Amino acid sequence: MNKREDVKKTYKLYIGGKFPRTESGRYFKWTDPKNSTVVNMCRGSRKDFRNAVVSARSAFSGWRSKTAYNRSQILYRIGEMLEGRRGQFMDELILQGASKKEAENEINQSIDRLIYYAGWADKYQQVFSRVNPVASSYFNFSYPEPTGVVSAIAPDEPSLIGLVSIVAPIIAGGNTVVVLASEAKPLCSITFAEVLHTSDVPGGVVNILTGYRSELLEHFSSHMDVNAIVYCGNVKEEIKFVQENAALNVKRPIVYTDENWLDKKVQDPYRILNTLEIKTTWHPVGI
Amino acid sequence: METTTIKSDLKTDWSYSPAPESTDHIRINQQVDLFINGEFIPSEKEKYFETINPANEKKLADVAEADKTDVSKAVSAARKAYENVWSKMDPAERGKYIYRIARLIQERAREFAIIETMDGGKPIRESRDIDIPLVSAHFFYYAGWADKLEYAFPGKQAKPLGVAGQIIPWNFPLLMAAWKIAPALATGNTVVLKPAETTPLTAMKLAEIIQEADLPPGVVNIINGNGKTGRALVEHPDIDKIAFTGSTDVGKLIMKTVAGTGKKYTLELGGKAANIIFEDAAIDQAVEGIINGIFFNQGHVCCAGSRLFVQESVADTVISKLKDRMETLIVGDPLDKNTDIGAINSKMQLDKIKMYVDMGLNEGGTIYQSSCKLPEKGYWHAPTLFTDVSQSHRIVQEEIFGPVLAVQTFRTVDEVITKANNTPYGLSGGVWSDKGAKIFKVSKAIRAGVLWANTFNKFDPASPFGGYKESGMGREGGLEGLMPYVNLV
Amino acid sequence: METFLHRIDEVGAQERVARLFSRSIKKESKIHALKTVLSMIDLTTLEGKDSPGKVKQLCYKAAHLHDQFPDLPTVAAICVYPTMVPVAKKALRDTGLKVASVATAFPSGMTSLSYKLEEVKMVVDAGADEVDMVISRGKFLQGEYHYVSDEIAQVKEACGKSHLKVILETGELVTLDNVRFASDIAMAAGADFIKTSTGKVSPAATPPVVLVMLEAIRDYYNQTGKKIGMKPAGGISKAKLAVQYLVMVRETLGQDWLTADLFRFGASSLANDILMQIVKQSTGVYQSANYFSID
Repeated sequence: MNKREDVKKTYKLYIGGKFPRTESGRYFKWTDPKNSTVVNMCRGSRKDFRNAVVSARSAFSGWRSKTAYNRSQILYRIGEMLEGRRGQFMDELILQGASKKEAENEINQSIDRLIYYAGWADKYQQVFSRVNPVASSYFNFSYPEPTGVVSAIAPDEPSLIGLVSIVAPIIAGGNTVVVLASEAKPLCSITFAEVLHTSDVPGGVVNILTGYRSELLEHFSSHMDVNAIVYCGNVKEEIKFVQENAALNVKRPIVYTDENWLDKKVQDPYRILNTLEIKTTWHPVGI
Repeated sequence: METTTIKSDLKTDWSYSPAPESTDHIRINQQVDLFINGEFIPSEKEKYFETINPANEKKLADVAEADKTDVSKAVSAARKAYENVWSKMDPAERGKYIYRIARLIQERAREFAIIETMDGGKPIRESRDIDIPLVSAHFFYYAGWADKLEYAFPGKQAKPLGVAGQIIPWNFPLLMAAWKIAPALATGNTVVLKPAETTPLTAMKLAEIIQEADLPPGVVNIINGNGKTGRALVEHPDIDKIAFTGSTDVGKLIMKTVAGTGKKYTLELGGKAANIIFEDAAIDQAVEGIINGIFFNQGHVCCAGSRLFVQESVADTVISKLKDRMETLIVGDPLDKNTDIGAINSKMQLDKIKMYVDMGLNEGGTIYQSSCKLPEKGYWHAPTLFTDVSQSHRIVQEEIFGPVLAVQTFRTVDEVITKANNTPYGLSGGVWSDKGAKIFKVSKAIRAGVLWANTFNKFDPASPFGGYKESGMGREGGLEGLMPYVNLV
Repeated sequence: METFLHRIDEVGAQERVARLFSRSIKKESKIHALKTVLSMIDLTTLEGKDSPGKVKQLCYKAAHLHDQFPDLPTVAAICVYPTMVPVAKKALRDTGLKVASVATAFPSGMTSLSYKLEEVKMVVDAGADEVDMVISRGKFLQGEYHYVSDEIAQVKEACGKSHLKVILETGELVTLDNVRFASDIAMAAGADFIKTSTGKVSPAATPPVVLVMLEAIRDYYNQTGKKIGMKPAGGISKAKLAVQYLVMVRETLGQDWLTADLFRFGASSLANDILMQIVKQSTGVYQSANYFSID
């Protein structure tokens, strides 16, 4: 009996709701810890990032003006889709070096985190909005709005829940995002893009690149049409570099160091607030 | 029309006699020292710089200039006060100190108003009716937060950051000091404040009040100097937080300087706000809003409504009414109670405004200026508007920080939203319409932190203020104003 | 008929008033203002108990405000009920002062147009130089703007050479939008003056109402070139408030309107407060009402 050969998956980028190869044509070899599998990952370029920002910017007005209820349902849908594809993530996480138990835990937590932020998508506004008692004949209220396009450097590991933990609050808040996946364990990030793709997330709301952090950090932090950057990691030089570049257009730099991404303590609505702006409106009260 | 003639020789050329605010009860020290650790002390090098009255160019006082050593002294006083006293104090007691400051300011309000006007050039009407009342209100508002922080951030505990370095501008000297100091103290931080070089006097009067209020030494330290002093403060390793209000350029510099240090910061930067008048607006009130939007405080306002957008169908009416209204603005002695527009804060600022006006003319804009007479001594600029300009004119893009309005017309809602957002800034915006639904749509679509609908340039301690995009980050005022001064754990 | 073209924001109007009223009027400018106010007063008595004797006293007072100060102007006019017009006319003969009469079923206006016109003819025949009519507020609030407009036009015709002041009774119109619209209607229908109130309804003249009416006059002037006069009435009894209104006129309509031809105060006790202030300004001593005759 002939042995059937596997059909191997090509890992591409996820930009504007499509799965293009990198425009640069470059790749980097990713090998699993056991040296059993070699994958050619796209080595995303500055131009890929630029294209992703263009997609994110054009998706922004549609995404922010969706009803909160709708955004909430879409986030919930991502959780549902992830649940449905556990097998695929199990395989990849294990291939990336996790034990079966670890992989299972990470997937469970990732799904739960999505559901957690899905629930917040139509509630944080109430927690962070207020009517301000001004001492004049005005009705004055403040409410949060998304800050715009966010670039994000996902933690190296854990790579799935790390990605989920930063993307979910960003998009729950009505922002769009371009995220750089874990360089060390990139497989499940692209598979996560497939989940997004089948979850009613409009194209361009989440864009995922793979590539070298050292190469792309500059562009993620300096692009003038990016309103905030989320950096996960604890490399001091990188943090300084990101924060310096953020000054170019007064980007909001948000830095998460040494987070235990598998802990429920890293989830709260203040993480949504980090990429929100408070708008205050005044209106006279009279006839 | 037939007229009824009345026997009367009264001529109708009634103008207002001078009504200067009396200054004889005001004491300005000829020499102003640094306020460090609860005491007024000279700077290490005993160097002084002059602060003048921009309305007559006369010297008001010599002000001690702080260098690195002085900054360090102030920071270490603040650190000690933080560690030993302020962070350990029962929050309710902390609040009482802040209330006390608020009350003392109310008691000495007129004195503050007059000195603010003399040192900065703003009309006494504004310093008396707007700046100083808001200052005491700000302290009063935040005093009450001191022992209620656990209700401000659900699910989290708010911990103070430590020592805050605060750098404030010259346009609202004492008000900005209050915006900075009040929330910092309420949340348990101690402070080193640096007022602007051209307007140090009211902050130093505030130091007197802080002494009078028996605040523990070192909780608030106030030092003076120019950009160098500010830089020393920003760079000081023992500062936990920088709060800055000023230009976007300096804000960016601060971001770069503190990058990688772990210092927190909030920035309140420039603006180029759109003020949008729809055809269904209450036109006379809108005209008044335009006036307040651009000529308040000589236009030295980061949130000034410096880009006016008028719907074409009412453009002629609005612009002609605007010109008429500009004619009634009284420009002159800031201490006169009837003055609407006072002196430009400094020669440097006046030169900058003039440069932009020249640029506007060179770029082909049509200028209109009110026919007011400007005094000979001092720094003055007539209320000015430009028509025939577009988004690609530099006077439309760049912050002038003076009484210069750029007027554009528009046809549709979408068009004006796009133009309003066509700027790197996002501090404020104005929208005028009698139609509620349109107000909500447009105010939501403008990417800016403060939206004045059917009004402009309103401020209140309870109302958060701060920008989107390059206009800064963080909010001052209201509950949001606590956030920049706490760690949530 | 055109609908509400001019929208008024109440809070914005109040803020504009506050700003205007914060003007500080001192020294010469205050003396000048006080005299100007005096010259603009329509000294008024509109009571059911008015008698020829009362009206004669008032007329004497109007012509002899304070004889110790000979350089003072007289008030502009006296304002009375129709039956008192002949008395006033006779008493003011040779003084140059005008006689104004209320008419059109003042203060309610709740009678037929024919009666109103009859009344107007009566006061004009009796020699009234000025006629102060009331608009039909009920009709206005019902949306019958044509009725209101036609009525004013017919009264204007009935006035002949006499001047017509149209009282809007703004306290019953309630909103500033209504005040503005009623002003526009009255001016278009032929009013020589528009006037806030009868004095019988509270609130009478309020500063935002006066501001809105002045702005209406300004816009009408800019469109037509016609100068319409303004008369706030009711509740203006203090010199300070009157001077603040002058500031409002000056900065809304300009110097041209600072004359009794185009601006009047309908008031009964204002004159004495003005006199007290003038005496205070020239003597430097605060005055007592006991030194000023009440009528």
